Amino acid sequence: MLVNEKPAVKDQPMLSVRDLKKVYKTDGGDVEAVRNLTFDLRPGELACLVGPSGSGKTTLLKCISGLMAPTEGEVLLNGTRVVGPPKKMAVVFQEYGRSLFPWMRVRQNVELPLKNHGVPKAERDHLVDEALEAVGLAHVPHSYPWQLSGGMQQRVAIARAVAYQPEVLLMDEPFAAVDAQTRADLEDLIRTVWKKLRVTVLFVTHDIDESVYLGERVIILSSSPTVVQEDIIIDLPEDRDQLNTRALPRFTELRHHVYEQIQLAKKGHRPAAAVVS
Amino acid sequence: MTWLKSLAYLVGLPLLLILIWWAATLGRPNFFFPAPGILMDTFGEVWFGERILSDVLPSLGRLLAGVAAAIGIGIAAGLLIGSVKWLRALLEPTLEFFRAVPPPVLVPVLMLLMGITDSMKVVVIISGCIWPVLLNTIEGVRAVDGVLSDSARTYGVAGWARVRYLVLPSASPQIMAGIRQCLSIGLILMVISEMFASSSGLGFTIVQFQRSFAIPEMWSGIIVLGLIGVAMSFIFQWTERRVLRWYHGQKEVENAG
Repeated sequence: MLVNEKPAVKDQPMLSVRDLKKVYKTDGGDVEAVRNLTFDLRPGELACLVGPSGSGKTTLLKCISGLMAPTEGEVLLNGTRVVGPPKKMAVVFQEYGRSLFPWMRVRQNVELPLKNHGVPKAERDHLVDEALEAVGLAHVPHSYPWQLSGGMQQRVAIARAVAYQPEVLLMDEPFAAVDAQTRADLEDLIRTVWKKLRVTVLFVTHDIDESVYLGERVIILSSSPTVVQEDIIIDLPEDRDQLNTRALPRFTELRHHVYEQIQLAKKGHRPAAAVVS
Repeated sequence: MTWLKSLAYLVGLPLLLILIWWAATLGRPNFFFPAPGILMDTFGEVWFGERILSDVLPSLGRLLAGVAAAIGIGIAAGLLIGSVKWLRALLEPTLEFFRAVPPPVLVPVLMLLMGITDSMKVVVIISGCIWPVLLNTIEGVRAVDGVLSDSARTYGVAGWARVRYLVLPSASPQIMAGIRQCLSIGLILMVISEMFASSSGLGFTIVQFQRSFAIPEMWSGIIVLGLIGVAMSFIFQWTERRVLRWYHGQKEVENAG
């Protein structure tokens, strides 16, 4: 078979999504955004979540991050049920222009979550310096976010998340609004940061290439109402680079497979398990 | 060179107006419109004496107290009403009613309730000045960006920190717009509160001059009011540029892009 089976979970999962369902109550009737989602992330895993547009990716992320309560089911972070934004989780949003505080300089933006949690000044400075260094922004700490390009603003948001030292990092289509070249740089940045910190990353994207290039694992969602269409392991070498990795036959194979699954999902094909339930 | 140029822009029109005024009154003395020279002399005599202590400073003090209280109460109440949905639903119709009441009609009522005191005058100023600050703050608090608010929540920025780092700065452009209106209303109400019943103050003095046909003195008082208005406007603009530097910068970048 082309694709490996989902691995058995050995130790306790870092992030666990159990029978998650979300129904929006609107004036025009109920809208079922997510029907039934179940998956686990092991500690230190980098997983990409990919699905057709309108497959409830953002809804799912809001439920995981505790910004929104699911209608049914639950999210467990390190075994503890998520009921509000957990302390050990950081989120990077797609809209970089609206997720940084425009009245604060770069450094203050990165520092604020730490300051808010009462991290001592010396340690704070150290963490902020390190994070800015890691994303290649050590030279602009005193700029305002809006003085920077889109890609640099998203780097600030990533630095803020990194400095916060989360156990789980959620990213909601973070590179959807930046140009292609910047995007490639930022993808490599995520791989580098992940390898260095070994933080658990859930990366939501609608870009198939990006999901295969970035992830150690790709979770494919069906179209709405959403279930897990397929869960595959990306068995590409750990050291990846834009030119060589993307030229590997295995990359093409995986890309094809994910692409096919997404096409099936768009046509309304649903995995057998979901049809039964 | 550039500051010379901006100085020229600053005083150019006033100088021209004075020149026209001087030319118009030349050789034709008019009882109601004194020539610039006469007015200048009167201005010095009337205001650079003990009137600064007895009238100008008390007026300014009341204005400052009223405006400061209106800004403080307006922002505090606005933050609260803007953040709590049911409170907003409960209060908004009533607030619209009180806002519609012209503050000068409150002067006789407040005189009865509080007597002819400084506090009465300060309350009149507050009653008119608070509305633009309050309503703008409510609007500003409601308009906090959803993504920014989510970001703050995911990083655990809540409670007072949320107000301090998110809500207040985010609403500050609207709050400043409210304060700008508040200042001009404050000056008007300062004069009006002193015209009804008072024994000192700018409004009182100007009305006294009018009633005793001391026309150049009356004009000089009006000029004092105008100068106070200009000074307030300059102080406001200076402060606004500092407080909203990020906002103006961001707007500039957006417009250029």
